[in-house]
Amino acid sequence: MEEKKLAIIATKGSLDWAYPPFILASTAAALGYETQIFFTFYGLQLCKKQLDLKVTPLGNPGMPMPMGMEKWFPVILTALPGMEAMMTAMMKKKMADKGVASVDELRSLCVEAEVKLIACQMTVDLFDMNPADFIEGLEFAGAAAFFEFAGESDICLYI
Amino acid sequence: MADFDEELDASGLNCPLPILRAKKALAGMDAGKVLHIIATDPGSVKDFEAFSKQTGNELMESKEEGGKFHFLIKKV
Repeated sequence: MEEKKLAIIATKGSLDWAYPPFILASTAAALGYETQIFFTFYGLQLCKKQLDLKVTPLGNPGMPMPMGMEKWFPVILTALPGMEAMMTAMMKKKMADKGVASVDELRSLCVEAEVKLIACQMTVDLFDMNPADFIEGLEFAGAAAFFEFAGESDICLYI
Repeated sequence: MADFDEELDASGLNCPLPILRAKKALAGMDAGKVLHIIATDPGSVKDFEAFSKQTGNELMESKEEGGKFHFLIKKV
């Protein structure tokens, strides 16, 4: 059986959106897929050594909130100082209670399973990011390098 | 339940951890050995079927007992 390939582009840098790329990549690796994640724009936040990911209900009417707040809590109040930190803390607690892995843990499992992590060099330059802030083993490349792998992949996802 | 060689308790863990832990446990076992996995994630029933189909490791048994899911997987 020839090894299947999965190519993912991760573009989002919030706590909730950190999950799909790492869940799918780690699972694919466990199923025997050769897997690459290309991190671009805000997705680069998922490659920082010190993860500081947050989640906010602001601009996200689909996000369930405690006590059904998404149904009655005025949207403008979700912009209040401290709301993002509170919602992030609550989400992390809920995930831990339900046995959902932390982003850190899933990322480590990806690294362990030899999922190749590639940072978009252009984004690093654009936002003056410091390569030393990123995890070990991260490679830096551009769009052409992504296509070299993605062009041969069986599944290609933009997240 | 048939005999098994190693046991993995993935109770309380949610997708995709039971699969990832099982993969890791199987990696440390010899071919033909059987892993018994215990899980509480209802999604794991379909997931272990899919895992078995895609990796070739044989899913010998899958059952629910006492609110937990039990799987026997033979390493290929």
